[in-house]
Amino acid sequence: MKESMDIQRPQRLLHEGLFQSAKLYPKKTAIAAEGKATSYAEFEEMVRNLAGYLQEQGIERGDRCVIFMDNTLACAVSIYAILATGAVFVIVNPQTKQDKLAYILADCGASALISDVHLQRVFDPLIAKTATLKCILVSGDISCHEDLNIISFEAASQTAADALHLAAIQKDLSALIYTSGSTGDPKGVMHTHLSMTFALGSLIEYLRLSVEDKILLVLPLAFDYGLYQLLMSVQLGATLVMERSFTYPAIIFQRIREHEVTVFPGVPTIFSLLISMNRREPFTFPSITRVTNTAATLPAHQIPVLKEIFPQALIYKMYGLTECKRVCYLEPELIDVKLSSVGKAIPGTEVFILNKQGEPAKPGEIGMLYVRGTHIMLGYWNAPERTDKVLVDSALPGEKLLCTGDWFKMDEDGDLYFQGRSDDIIKTRGEKVSPVEVENVVASVTGVREVAVVGVEDEILGEAIKCFVAPEQGVELTVKDVRKACVEKLENFMVPKYFEFVGSLPKTNTGKISKKGLS
Amino acid sequence: MSTEEKIRAFILENYLFTDDQSELKNDDSFLDQGILDSTGILEIIFFIEDEFKIKIKDEEMIPDNLDSVDKIVAFVHRKED
Repeated sequence: MKESMDIQRPQRLLHEGLFQSAKLYPKKTAIAAEGKATSYAEFEEMVRNLAGYLQEQGIERGDRCVIFMDNTLACAVSIYAILATGAVFVIVNPQTKQDKLAYILADCGASALISDVHLQRVFDPLIAKTATLKCILVSGDISCHEDLNIISFEAASQTAADALHLAAIQKDLSALIYTSGSTGDPKGVMHTHLSMTFALGSLIEYLRLSVEDKILLVLPLAFDYGLYQLLMSVQLGATLVMERSFTYPAIIFQRIREHEVTVFPGVPTIFSLLISMNRREPFTFPSITRVTNTAATLPAHQIPVLKEIFPQALIYKMYGLTECKRVCYLEPELIDVKLSSVGKAIPGTEVFILNKQGEPAKPGEIGMLYVRGTHIMLGYWNAPERTDKVLVDSALPGEKLLCTGDWFKMDEDGDLYFQGRSDDIIKTRGEKVSPVEVENVVASVTGVREVAVVGVEDEILGEAIKCFVAPEQGVELTVKDVRKACVEKLENFMVPKYFEFVGSLPKTNTGKISKKGLS
Repeated sequence: MSTEEKIRAFILENYLFTDDQSELKNDDSFLDQGILDSTGILEIIFFIEDEFKIKIKDEEMIPDNLDSVDKIVAFVHRKED
């Protein structure tokens, strides 16, 4: 009989991909970040140490652990360590302001909080208010910190800890990813080890990725598009070249050249910036063989310029939503043929369009896009009613389909064309923004009588946020006052670019504010 | 206005939307404090080029030159020399 070591065991859990890569490529660079290369062996060791530490602190299978961090090695280690304890990672954008972080900590019933020392001003006051927390880890120099309950992330990840006895199965939750909802409060999208490992495999397949690739990450890990760059890279045993953001493009250019990066994932805002910089001083990146875009449409006129910047690259146009990670992609060979299409369903999944009568749409007919596959979320955390609105019954008893809420049409070849959203969510800089969330903040400013927030077309942002304010009579209110409240309470991308003061806002015959005609 | 005052005024007005001087320390990292993101950097570059009549090269757009008021002031002075 064969030794048990030789038996090919299928991968079931997301983090097993890391342990496999560490076994196969221990000395290879897993992550290059903050001027330092970390090998797979080192990465795995930190993950095991931290996982052991979290278990010692009482973190158990199914516990929600919030990561509120920048794109750092510590953040990547935290993701895998939480998974390795059988717990669920909840990753929150570091730009998130206090009120929203408080909402997320309470909504998910956080057992752990892992953050960066420079974000202390935001999370500190919430520690005492979050009774469910069993442990708080902070990365960076915490020597001047007086709170004894806070533990150094570096100490915890460098202290050898006991091996783990893990009981978790594929159906267990792996992550909650909070996304803006049309009612204003963010919703926690529940993904399982199964949905995520499935999505990973499908993405790796159509992006034609391999162990040789060097993937650039400048998008936040809190954005699933950014997160999956890490997951794909680790799964393959490839190298992730990670930066905190695209804020300083010259740094990114240096990294691309120094590491000979092969994969460049971006959003239209980043591509627009690249193009405006290229106009100042032309440059090319011949090492890059794949460029990917999602979150918003890549304008067709930008593609020829991108081909000059990335002369060797296949360019992928894609579409997706956090609820199923990704829906479809256009084969890069068709980019000049199907100018505005986002292509077909990702491998192993299906999509279809139903018209207003609920029947399959004919080619060219507009309808609602539905998705079928193992990549679909389990639902929204703590929100069964909102879940029922998007996960609907399939023809197969017991199976759920995802209703994307987006209008699409299909051509004769089955390629998809985005036609618009059915709700009023704004997509700006590749991020979803709920107008209600912004309106709530503006309405809280003294002197604001009515407010309406809409998206307006914008070359760089996709859509820009515009806010109409009707002040109370006789009140001195300035744009500055309103904008300041927005900056204090909202993530940067949610702060309106334009403000317009009006006498009153148009109403429907039931007295509700009507946004039709506001632009 | 001195170079420092001009830069402070630009950041406060355009990114923090306030004239309250206490909201911005000269050594605050724009990255750490979430003051600037990717769409902001080119605006700052254009402002500096225009205001101080200097030309910034792509390879100079790095945090060492631009990530705080202090760093921008030092960078502008170096370029002016």
